[in-house]
Amino acid sequence: MTGMPAIRLADVRKNFGATEIIRGVSLDVAGGERHAIIGPNGAGKTTLFNLISGRFPITAGSIELRGQRIDALPPQRINRLGLSRSFQITSIFPRLTVFENLRCALLWSRGYRYSFWHLLPRARALNEATEALLRDLNLAERHDLPAGLLSYAEQRALEIGMTVAGGASVILLDEPTAGMSHSETEYAVALIRRVTEGKTLLMVEHDMRVVFDLADTITVLVYGRVIASGPPSAIRADRAVQEAYLGAMAA
Amino acid sequence: MTRRSAIIWLTLLAVAIVLPWLFYDFAHHRPAGFVISMLSQMGMMIILALSYNMLLGQAGLFSLCHATFFGFGGYSTIHFLNAAGAGELPVPTELMPLLAGLSGLGLAIVFGAMATKQRATAFAMITLGIGELVATAALMFHHFFGGEGGVSTDRMIDQSLFGLSYASGIQVYYLIVGWTFVAALLMWLQTMTPLGRMANACRDNFERAQFMGYDPRIVRFLQFCLAGFFAGIGGGLYAITYEIVTFDAVAAPLSANALLMAYIGGNMVFVGPVLGAVLITLLQSGVSLMSNSWLIYVGVLFIAMVTFAPAGITGIIMAHGPVWRAGRLSRLILPYLRLVVPGIATVAGFVGMVELLSFLTIGAAAGKHLVLFGSPIDANTAAPWAIAIVLLVVGTVWLRFEARYFARVWESVAGSVEARA
Amino acid sequence: MEVLLVSLLNGLVYGMLLFMLASGLTLIFSMMGVLNFAHGSIYMLGAYFAYESTRWIGFWSALLIAPLLCGAIGAAIEIWGLRRVHHNGHIAELLFTFGLVFIIGRSVQMAWGMLPMPYRVPASLDFPLFTLYGLQFPAYRGFMLLISAGMLGGIWLLLKRTRVGMIIQAALTHPGMTAALGHNVPLVFTIVFAGGCFLAGLAGVIGGNYQSTEPGIADAMGPIVFVVVVFGGLGSLAGCFIASIIMGMVVTFSVVIDASIADLLRPIGIVPRSDDLLGEILTVPVARIGALLPLLMMVLILFFRPRGLLGTRDT
Ligand SMILES: Nc1ncnc2c1ncn2[C@@H]1O[C@H](COP(=O)(O)OP(=O)(O)O)[C@@H](O)[C@H]1O
Ligand SMILES: [Mg+2]
Repeated sequence: MTGMPAIRLADVRKNFGATEIIRGVSLDVAGGERHAIIGPNGAGKTTLFNLISGRFPITAGSIELRGQRIDALPPQRINRLGLSRSFQITSIFPRLTVFENLRCALLWSRGYRYSFWHLLPRARALNEATEALLRDLNLAERHDLPAGLLSYAEQRALEIGMTVAGGASVILLDEPTAGMSHSETEYAVALIRRVTEGKTLLMVEHDMRVVFDLADTITVLVYGRVIASGPPSAIRADRAVQEAYLGAMAA
Repeated sequence: MTRRSAIIWLTLLAVAIVLPWLFYDFAHHRPAGFVISMLSQMGMMIILALSYNMLLGQAGLFSLCHATFFGFGGYSTIHFLNAAGAGELPVPTELMPLLAGLSGLGLAIVFGAMATKQRATAFAMITLGIGELVATAALMFHHFFGGEGGVSTDRMIDQSLFGLSYASGIQVYYLIVGWTFVAALLMWLQTMTPLGRMANACRDNFERAQFMGYDPRIVRFLQFCLAGFFAGIGGGLYAITYEIVTFDAVAAPLSANALLMAYIGGNMVFVGPVLGAVLITLLQSGVSLMSNSWLIYVGVLFIAMVTFAPAGITGIIMAHGPVWRAGRLSRLILPYLRLVVPGIATVAGFVGMVELLSFLTIGAAAGKHLVLFGSPIDANTAAPWAIAIVLLVVGTVWLRFEARYFARVWESVAGSVEARA
Repeated sequence: MEVLLVSLLNGLVYGMLLFMLASGLTLIFSMMGVLNFAHGSIYMLGAYFAYESTRWIGFWSALLIAPLLCGAIGAAIEIWGLRRVHHNGHIAELLFTFGLVFIIGRSVQMAWGMLPMPYRVPASLDFPLFTLYGLQFPAYRGFMLLISAGMLGGIWLLLKRTRVGMIIQAALTHPGMTAALGHNVPLVFTIVFAGGCFLAGLAGVIGGNYQSTEPGIADAMGPIVFVVVVFGGLGSLAGCFIASIIMGMVVTFSVVIDASIADLLRPIGIVPRSDDLLGEILTVPVARIGALLPLLMMVLILFFRPRGLLGTRDT
């Protein structure tokens, strides 16, 4: 570990209108760590992701990516600094083919930017990288299918693929296995493990087996506040977590 | 470029070159004049429609000021030609459209910076305002736009790369063919570039594009500028062809026409707007000569397309692809045939009603005689009205019936094709 | 001075007329995300309907009949048209209303011909209300103010006091939430669309004899109403109101200003040449470019404040 955290949140707050949804969250995610955020529905987990990735502006506090303030940057700038996120509700390009979806996700990091003088069919290295990723996601057979026609689990896999494609070193995954069957979940976990090798992973997850399987550190968020943070064994034993979290889940 | 697409492009080019000679005017020993002028018009409209589709189809941007860049390219070209004629601008005629394109590009940079801050509906409103602004200004300012009378020039500036005088329509036509080919090819290649692809991506889901490092606003802006560039080229050809550019070239109806061509041809396929441009140009020169009710037909056609075939004509054709590949197209022949008679009856009844009505209120006042489907008709007798009404009512009811039958067959055929795939 | 006062009143009259149109457009847009290109066409229909009902029944009945007819047409458009194309996306909806412009425009020509209709101010309102410094202010314009003020109050009551009004207000600021709350959204859409068309029809009744009743008025009113909506900011009725009044004033005042930019520059010693484009722009009297000013203002505000005066959201 380098000492400087990959992501540092300091007393981050977010209001929607008069309601404070994120109520002073401070959190460090170390480089190379697999960090899971758990918490009941409506706790503000997705909102927290939206703040980190620049989708919404924060109301107060600060967010740093490897020591650099990012809380006032637009999403594309944050992404270019090496932070990439997935969405809880699948967000792909439904009318483009699966291949095109992935290739788009690779474009910026490969330096193509806004070029209108490169012909994509001739971009050998780019196309090969896309094909490789496609095989990695087990979507090679779906190469030319419009992404909107993929099955749900396949769309989720594509979503993960598009998130990691650009080679970002910090990956945020929002409920990557939500709505999947048992076997699909197992497959997704293996995929996540594979594609985030050596990267910093921050994920929201409801499935406790997945959380305890994947995460090095767990943070529990309840009503916009962190009530506990630590290694899985400590979280499992934490009485406050059990009460607050399980209580809220039951309610 | 693959070999197959190269063959298609070259074939189209060859067709465009040969086409005027198929309509040879033996009395004057040259290709028929009206054919040349119609084909020339088609060339410009193809550029206009294709460049418009860089916005509508590729980027999902509904622009209402595309004629602004076309017209501005035209006005500029008039001034360039005048300067060249006076010996102040040593640019050959062949390269004038390039200057026109650069003029369009310049204006598109200015207006694009404002309009592309927004997308979707707000973008449409802003471009409407921009289009009105320029059109109104064109009527008011004389130095550049010439006011109501427009500006005119003489295209025979005696500066040609190939030693051509451009005195005859056929020479101008080949200039148009050349530029249309080049512009269309470039626009086609543009769809395969990173910018072109990200324009598609931002159209489908601009937020996701942001989280992949792209600023959708810059994508929109660049796409808008390129579209303005190509529209300008079209305007340059317009100026060279007609040697006069008036307010019509920047006004809203031409912008609407660009939209119409792209949409009716089909905005999801590259060739869609080409088809639309050819079709609308043909229709316009045919129908608007015969009837002054052109706009009502356009409106009805438009609404019918939006409601029933949002992917345009090419979309309808493409939908048959899987059926055709599965060898099931023959099952659709009968349902199609059954649509023909009620379809014709409905259209004839509708056209009859519209023409009779508009004759009573407009045509008669202008002292014209009503001629429908080739025969003179007295609108003051009951018979034509009765026929039109019966055709319309019976046709509509029958058409609905047949359409349901068609839909049933289509579902079953498409369903079985899908099941096999 | 007298000119100023009379122009102020005229500007107010025109501004209120614009608001009657623009408010409907803003409401429809904010609720449904549909930009109704045919709004100017509905206005035109209102004027023609008013002419017919004045002819057969009387002016006072027109005040009710024409807007109701327009409202009914609006409801029909929403139910049998827009709702069907909704699933084809926003662009399809825009295109649909775009097609309506052609159809309505041409149908009006077919029904009433190309010439202006003799739709006149009713005799009972055809007298000077008061005389200011020798300039008369027609009673009809006072009546227009009355009607539009009444409409403003009516809208306000409707939005503040009724259930539908509450839903509309909520939808103005939080589009998408209304459906989530389980309201009958299709019905609300129909009501809003019909209501907007009702207002446009009412504007047609009082605008048709104020301006003129001929096939060109849809194209004349359409763009400026769009300008008002964009200038005021999408999704804001208050912004829409302010923008309407400003535009009414600008259009009215520009007609009477004979000065040009050059006149402003002259005192500081700059005298532009008049034989080039810049010179022409600088020396053209404001009165001649009146039609250009609202458009120019729109473009400028978009440059400096992309959301418009009081806009709450982008699209
Ligand atoms: N854009 C928004 N506007 C208003 N409220 C929001 C918005 N996004 C989220 N919220 C509210 O914030 C709270 C937390 O939501 P979210 O972050 O999605 O929770 P989680 O992902 O933990 O289930 C919820 O009460 C939700 O209603
Ligand atoms: Mg969530």
